[in-house]
Amino acid sequence: MDSVSVATTFKKTLGEKGIIFMPISEAIQEHPELVKKYLGTVVPTSDNFYAALNSAVFSDGSFCYIPKGVRCPMELSTYFRINEGGTGQFERTLVVADKGSYVSYLEGCTAPQRDENQLHAAVVELIALDDAEIKYSTVQNWFPGDANGKGGVFNFVTKRALCETNAKVSWTQVETGSAVTWKYPSCILKGNNSVGEFYSIAVTNHYQQADTGTKMIHLGKNTKSTIISKGISAGKSQNSYRGLVQVNARAENARNFSQCDSLLMGNECGAHTFPYIEAKNKTAQIEHEATTSKIGEDQLFYCNQRGIDTEKAIALIVNGFSKEVLNKLPMEFAVEAQKLLEISLEGSVG
Amino acid sequence: MLKINNLHASIDDKSILKGLNIEVKAGEVHAIMGPNGAGKSTLANIVAGKEEYEVTDGTIELNGEDISELAPEERAHNGVFLSFQYPVEIPGVSVTNFIKTAINETRKAKGLEDMPAKDMLKMIREKSELLEIDRKFLSRSLNEGFSGGEKKRNEIFQMAMLQPKLAILDETDSGLDIDALRIVANGVNKLKSKDNAVIVITHYQRLLEYIVPDFVHVLHDGKIVKTGDASLALELEAKGYDWIKKELV
Repeated sequence: MDSVSVATTFKKTLGEKGIIFMPISEAIQEHPELVKKYLGTVVPTSDNFYAALNSAVFSDGSFCYIPKGVRCPMELSTYFRINEGGTGQFERTLVVADKGSYVSYLEGCTAPQRDENQLHAAVVELIALDDAEIKYSTVQNWFPGDANGKGGVFNFVTKRALCETNAKVSWTQVETGSAVTWKYPSCILKGNNSVGEFYSIAVTNHYQQADTGTKMIHLGKNTKSTIISKGISAGKSQNSYRGLVQVNARAENARNFSQCDSLLMGNECGAHTFPYIEAKNKTAQIEHEATTSKIGEDQLFYCNQRGIDTEKAIALIVNGFSKEVLNKLPMEFAVEAQKLLEISLEGSVG
Repeated sequence: MLKINNLHASIDDKSILKGLNIEVKAGEVHAIMGPNGAGKSTLANIVAGKEEYEVTDGTIELNGEDISELAPEERAHNGVFLSFQYPVEIPGVSVTNFIKTAINETRKAKGLEDMPAKDMLKMIREKSELLEIDRKFLSRSLNEGFSGGEKKRNEIFQMAMLQPKLAILDETDSGLDIDALRIVANGVNKLKSKDNAVIVITHYQRLLEYIVPDFVHVLHDGKIVKTGDASLALELEAKGYDWIKKELV
């Protein structure tokens, strides 16, 4: 098993504020009461097969606790790298933002190239207590398999957040890697006035398959959710958005806005949208917009004729398409994500 | 500036240009007229470097250099500009962002640094005023939701920003009302100089009243069959293309 969580942070500053940020294995030793209180409360072992697998064998991950009223002064970041071939990577991450606190958390994932497949089955639980806010950003670039679809990481992740009263959780992700992706960062909007947001760019190329989206579960009153999903498919890949907006019977005045845009590059890839809406309360307002567009040869020629070569033209168009989501990332990540988008689409048209 | 010699070109094995010859010198305005299907847009696209067309014979020289092997962006860097008949939409990319990228890519190809933001802004302001383009327009996605007239004005705005040596206007007048026509023509006229050249492709004589050509060519069945001065356009307007066809027999 191989989970090396490399925490880059200023330990002293965090310590002064009472912020706990350490590998989960250490946290279990040093703060067992805290971990025990929250671990498995959002994603129980029974949730799904991969969550069960993770619960049984998780090796490491991060534990983060922000005390009441504390605004974490810096972005916390961890960096996961799968080193061994033919292995499973099982992280468990738990972030608890106590009442009135704020934290922005960055997760970056890479894996070197290998012929055989690797499994990444992580579980991330976020708990935002009353008036707290958690921003969770992910840039994922697991090895996607080669141009013939051989090798690559299987990325099956369960990510879920629980929001208490007036709390807010934003999931922002840029997914460019892994051979098969299956993840639905979700928000349980339990508390009144709680807010859940999901911003995603998922890129698939060659033979990659992505089935990703979110679940926004509206339980409390006056809850609000926003979903902006951008899918870019190239090569022979399949990119699907699967989202659920669920409004329970007692969830008065729930509001949702969803926008799912797909960009197709070439003629052999696919983009699919599966929006599920379950509204059990008459006062719910749910909006859904979807667009599908293609980078056509005419657009590329137009750019060429203005002196912009094809690689640059694709980058320009993809960037314009993804801007809305890229703007949600913390700056250091946004620049890296933009470059990653360009690289993952290299050679996709031509 | 541009010298085309015995150009033969086809698309999907269908022969369109069958031995076209034309010479355009710096400082000149040439009009190319002709019935539908004659090959006018084909010629424009081939000079711009569209890959779908196959050049089967002949040469295309820009300032003495054969450009038939150059990629479209390389031709652009050498000063070729095509104002498209049907400008395509590029959602998410603003007019400003697009033209900035175009200008800077061209500068990069010449070993220059990016244009300083201040100068870029000044130039954008100048040229958008020239084409009577509202500033709000510049932040919209390129051509998305633009009317026909707005698209064409945007094309000439880009021409004004890029300052090409050879501008080919492919039916720039189609879809324009009287006012838009005047604005576009005025823009083109202001950009004319003794160092650049313009080829105006059109069906109708109307545009040529504003952009007065030095030479008028008639393109028929893949070749230039008649060349004259501005008065030829008037004659065509009066007699129709059938007159040319009869003359050839």
